[in-house]
Amino acid sequence: MMVGDMANIRNELMAVHAVWLREFKRFYRDKGSLLGSIARPLMWFLIIGGGIGATTKLAGVSVDYFTFIAPGIIGMTVLFTSLFQGVSVIWDREFGFLKEMLVAPVSRTSIVIGKALGGATASLFQSAIIIGVAYAIGVHFSLSALLALLPLIIIISVGFTSMGLTIASLMDTMEGFNVIMNFIVMPMFLLSGALFPISATSGIMATAVYVNPMTYGVEALRYAAIGVSSTSPVTSMSVVLAFTAAMAVIATVAFNRRR
Amino acid sequence: MAAQSDAIVETQNITKKFGEFVAVDSVSLSIQPGEILGLLGPNGAGKTTLISMLCTTLMPSSGSASINGFDIAKRPADVRKSIGIVFQDQSLDDRLTGRENLELHATLYGLDAATAAERIGRVLDLVELKDKADSLVRTYSGGMKRRLEIGRGLVHYPKVLFLDEPTLGLDPQTREHIWEYIKELAARERITILMTTHYMEEAESLCDRIAIIDRGKIIALGTPDELKAMLGGETVVLKVKDSDEPAVQDKIAAAFPHAKCFDGRMVLSVKSAERELRGIFEDAKKAGIEIEEASMRRPTLNDVFLKLTGREIRDEKAGIAELMRAHMQRHGR
Repeated sequence: MMVGDMANIRNELMAVHAVWLREFKRFYRDKGSLLGSIARPLMWFLIIGGGIGATTKLAGVSVDYFTFIAPGIIGMTVLFTSLFQGVSVIWDREFGFLKEMLVAPVSRTSIVIGKALGGATASLFQSAIIIGVAYAIGVHFSLSALLALLPLIIIISVGFTSMGLTIASLMDTMEGFNVIMNFIVMPMFLLSGALFPISATSGIMATAVYVNPMTYGVEALRYAAIGVSSTSPVTSMSVVLAFTAAMAVIATVAFNRRR
Repeated sequence: MAAQSDAIVETQNITKKFGEFVAVDSVSLSIQPGEILGLLGPNGAGKTTLISMLCTTLMPSSGSASINGFDIAKRPADVRKSIGIVFQDQSLDDRLTGRENLELHATLYGLDAATAAERIGRVLDLVELKDKADSLVRTYSGGMKRRLEIGRGLVHYPKVLFLDEPTLGLDPQTREHIWEYIKELAARERITILMTTHYMEEAESLCDRIAIIDRGKIIALGTPDELKAMLGGETVVLKVKDSDEPAVQDKIAAAFPHAKCFDGRMVLSVKSAERELRGIFEDAKKAGIEIEEASMRRPTLNDVFLKLTGREIRDEKAGIAELMRAHMQRHGR
């Protein structure tokens, strides 16, 4: 019995690896969207950072604007990339490949984990590019900051990939995709503290900012990267961990449904 | 348990309902190891639903089934290890190469790298895709994709292979090519095959036994010859003048009570068409039925289906309904 269990665990780990490898191959082979996913955060970073940073001095923030938004832009790319990776299950379903995975003798939890790690890998890759560009324009992160960012990016990414998987399992067609982009992803990004200090917000907007899980992801990233944060690091980390855990469980449940 | 001992696939009153609609209605089937069993029926008869339940992707509403001794509801993981599936719709990742698709499959089925590499080599040989193995699947033709999918279903040496409309939408040449593969496979690897089709030629040329399925029920089961023997011989098809008119239809019903009529034609089952044709013409003349054309045929499975249901297997209306249903299923899940 023990031997059988060990063999099963090994099979499940192999399946996680296989699903991850597939995600990774698809990610780097799709040059068009790879380029787009690099260009989008860089445009936000360089254009918004350059434009707003040149005209504004943020009240109550000790660092310059580029330094302030660099972690926010990392948060943005993690959000977009991970959610896309999760939602890509809709394409798998549309083109039939999902069936191949669903009838395989592996638990669907392994498929979810493989997908989530695929999202995390893509997020890390893109974050590295942003960090490199930031370095080139004079925003330097310390080595300890980079080491803190690494696990944080992975955790946040797993949360958002799981969220994407959950959305995908509830959504019937690809038509709903733009709705998600416009009504979930963009507000989550804009209403986080990625581009401005959340302490400056008030009223309904402040409420929206503080119920947005992305806010805590951005604050945690900013604290890890430059030691600046509008929320306490403990609060940020707790929300991030709770969000990721909850999303991972929900995605697994949603994926395990058998009709 | 004793009853299950030699059958590799066994279903007992398995039923699937979608709301009010009964897609599979109390089907009991038993398939022996090494057998090729065909599920033949029109679009929408419930073939794919039955296969989906056996593949553990759909839960039966009632009834049970076991594959390789494992109950589909209680031991889905063991069932999945025992089966290979070639789905009706394409299910490859077209951004991966053919070899990568097979490698991914091998890993999901728990094969170690060395075993996987050896079997993938064999499978690529078998489906003649060695030269294209390292090209992206999106560059493959329809027939190549189909062959790759059949090969993929074999990588983990399944006990039972499910083929859901294996040649749907392929050109006749490719279709015959794939029939050759399936025959060769069944003979060489001694795999049990359960296939669905609505091509009668396919069922006749490949299957040891055929289950004719209509509206979720199995209405006949036997070897192709046994099924055709049910018709009692050959078939005479007569084109009748003004067959739409009730008066003519009444005459037909009176003179030929056993005739099936459809599409302006009257179909008769006879022992020997050559000997009985003359008598039929005389009876028709006496009854005042004007025959415009006559043809005779050795029985086909379509005739069997026609006799059992009064409809043809390839019913164009059913075809459209099925297309819509397939469309809704694809978008509804």
